Amino acid sequence: MAQVDVLVVGGGNAGLVAAMTAREAGASVVLLERGLEVSRGGNTRHTRDVRYAHAADEHTPGIYETAEFWSDLKRVAGSRPFSEELARLVIDGSRELPSWMHAHGVRWQPPLRGALNLARTNLFFLGGGKALVNAYYHSAIQSGVRVRYGATVVRLRFASRDCVGVQLENEQGVEELTARAIVVASGGFEANVGWLARYWGDAAHNYIIRGTPNNDGKVLASLLANGASPVGDPRAFHAVAVDARAPKFDGGIVTRVDSIPFGIVVNQSAQRFGDEGADLWPKRYASWGGLIASQPGQLAFSVFDSRAVGQFIPPMFHPYAANSIEDLGGMLGLDPATLCETVTNYNDSARGDGVLDISSLDNNHTESLDPPKSHWALPLAGPRFYAYPLRPGVTFTYMGVTVGPHARVRTLAGDEFTNVFAAGEVMAGNILSQGYLAGFGLTIGSVFGRIAGREAAAHAAVD
Amino acid sequence: MQQSTDLLSEATRQLEVCNSCRYCEGFCAVFPALERQPEVVPAQIGYLANLCHDCRACYYACPFTEPHEFAINIPLLMANVRQDVYRRYTWPRLFAGVFQNGFRFALPLIAFGLALAAAALFALHPASDILTVRHGTGSFYQVLPWLLLVIPAMLLSLYALVVICIGGFRFWRDSRGLVAPPVDVRIFARAVVDVLRLRWLEGGGDGCYYPADRPSRLRTVFHSLVFYGFGLALLSTSVAALYQDVLGRFPPYPLLSVPVVAGTLGGLAMVFGCIGLALMKRQSAVRMADPSMTELDYAFLTVLGLASLTGLMTLALRDTALMGVMLSIHVGTLGALYLTIPYGKLIHPVYRGLAILRNRLDQQRDVEAASPDDRRHVGQGVA
Repeated sequence: MAQVDVLVVGGGNAGLVAAMTAREAGASVVLLERGLEVSRGGNTRHTRDVRYAHAADEHTPGIYETAEFWSDLKRVAGSRPFSEELARLVIDGSRELPSWMHAHGVRWQPPLRGALNLARTNLFFLGGGKALVNAYYHSAIQSGVRVRYGATVVRLRFASRDCVGVQLENEQGVEELTARAIVVASGGFEANVGWLARYWGDAAHNYIIRGTPNNDGKVLASLLANGASPVGDPRAFHAVAVDARAPKFDGGIVTRVDSIPFGIVVNQSAQRFGDEGADLWPKRYASWGGLIASQPGQLAFSVFDSRAVGQFIPPMFHPYAANSIEDLGGMLGLDPATLCETVTNYNDSARGDGVLDISSLDNNHTESLDPPKSHWALPLAGPRFYAYPLRPGVTFTYMGVTVGPHARVRTLAGDEFTNVFAAGEVMAGNILSQGYLAGFGLTIGSVFGRIAGREAAAHAAVD
Repeated sequence: MQQSTDLLSEATRQLEVCNSCRYCEGFCAVFPALERQPEVVPAQIGYLANLCHDCRACYYACPFTEPHEFAINIPLLMANVRQDVYRRYTWPRLFAGVFQNGFRFALPLIAFGLALAAAALFALHPASDILTVRHGTGSFYQVLPWLLLVIPAMLLSLYALVVICIGGFRFWRDSRGLVAPPVDVRIFARAVVDVLRLRWLEGGGDGCYYPADRPSRLRTVFHSLVFYGFGLALLSTSVAALYQDVLGRFPPYPLLSVPVVAGTLGGLAMVFGCIGLALMKRQSAVRMADPSMTELDYAFLTVLGLASLTGLMTLALRDTALMGVMLSIHVGTLGALYLTIPYGKLIHPVYRGLAILRNRLDQQRDVEAASPDDRRHVGQGVA
């Protein structure tokens, strides 16, 4: 077999975009996807929108210029360091994404009714992430990208600054491939519970992983072992509250629990531990994964009453329901007396006009309660009481490898590997190392997928 | 007859996953309808299942299909429910089992129709007379008398109409759900347009995911050939009846007359449409198909295709010695078609049409009730 120009490791959004871009630049491309055809696409399957900078356009009800995009990023990034240079590349590059995506088979849909806050900033693709994945695989294969499913890359082999071999395991056994350029788009390591446990101990075993079980970070580990420069806090992950009954992996959006601002959240000791009304839910939902992760047993319960029913999109699971707080506590395995006391204390401290409006910061708050509930603090009055059991649902990890503006992976020595490029979650920590902007992962993966594909093809052409 | 509890609990299980996901909401009318009324009750899933046109876009877009443990398969679920609806709403309910035995019902009826036509032919004509060339006005009725044709046809049509109306009435009574129908012609017009252009078979725009995993408009084309071909055949028959009963002009009609042109075009369209749909069905993914529904589909395509083909052949051979035989064969297959109408796939336009109408009525209600921000859903923000 002739030497392939570009080998792409990982067949999610970033890898697919890189593969198509390299192929369209004239390179021969092989894409190694760890999943089978039916489960291809990694965590991209669970996405559904992409954030992009734009002037007035036909997709959105208003403009979202780079300055606003930039300030949104600064807001969530807080004091964490990030590469302003790379962030600029992503934000500027995001402008071209709608036309590029559409040309590669992605179709749009009006934003979901529940996502009004994103209608202006994000573009929703018809059918969600798996439909996008299917369209991209079709386009990639049509353009001549060779796709190999069920191919697990376990190791990259280096000679000095060159990657000289990619070892993979598949059903036939172990195999080593070579290529002029390698694009690593293999995601984070959030599905590797053992790796998470290095930082979080046994608690990591109680985490639920919202996406693919394939993101075990093998390729990331191999890059780091060969001297790639890490980026991002290795302990950091993005996590939301998911129903504790969710499957260990791949539960996606349908296990997410959005009832929290409507009531209170207690731990296994039936005690509150966080401000359920700190800010608008779309801005706060991602903080609850971490909050629950720090509780004993990594288990908590969102308790609410009849008033909240129908106010949020329910997860696929039914809530526990009872006619009294005592009974509910019993069902949840909590001490009923303590739960009653917690609810009573909360109810007694609730102040405000009693009109629930979850879409704005209302004046219903608690007084002299610790921790406080700053908004939507209506007493839990029944007549029915409900609860969802909650666990941390890890979406992705932040640690990755440092890259330069050409997507080349940097080394601890401060230079770059000659022929190794990275795109997607595996390098997103250069731009975002805490917090999250909805649809920004797709933006980073798409823009850097294009950069990595272009640069890998260019490298292969002169190599 | 009660909906099986297994089917209901499976529908509940799957649709609760869909309702908490909603990624498919842009593909068709089913998912927005589910969001309007997420409680899964038999009448509601009957409505959703008939609103579903089996475009299959949602299956390929779903991250929770097998081997995922959620095992979501909405096209199969909807086909199972449609099959259940056909059985539950039919009359008399004694015949409900027929829907699960499409060919075992249709094939004997074809044989029966042909045998009856042959019996009539031989009873009315001496053997030596059967292959006679007949020309001119009334030649068809020389072979089989008008009353012998028209009385069974009228009776069977009437019966089919009664059965279909009973089913449609029961379905509408149960599934009307949210709607107190206001009489607004525009809503009906929109529903009719949805039917005529098969809007919900568009898979969100590029076509349905049938027979394979890429969008294609071929199924819409073949279905339209059958649908509009059927319409042309009805037109042909109606104009012929007008010619005969009002104007006193008896068949056969000239080649360039309305009955012959419409009948020919309609017959050709139905033959090609039936063959196309059957070939596509053979290639389509069985994991999304209810086997008994598939059998019902093939049975219908066979009967309709044969009736169309024999009609065309009767036209082609009408000036030859074979006309009498061919006409009898055509009449025999038509008889089988008439008999299968109330207990075969030809009832699906009724349930689907009513579901489409209800969808438009509900949409109108949404528009009237809409507030600028839909607070109910504000919790779900990001992926």
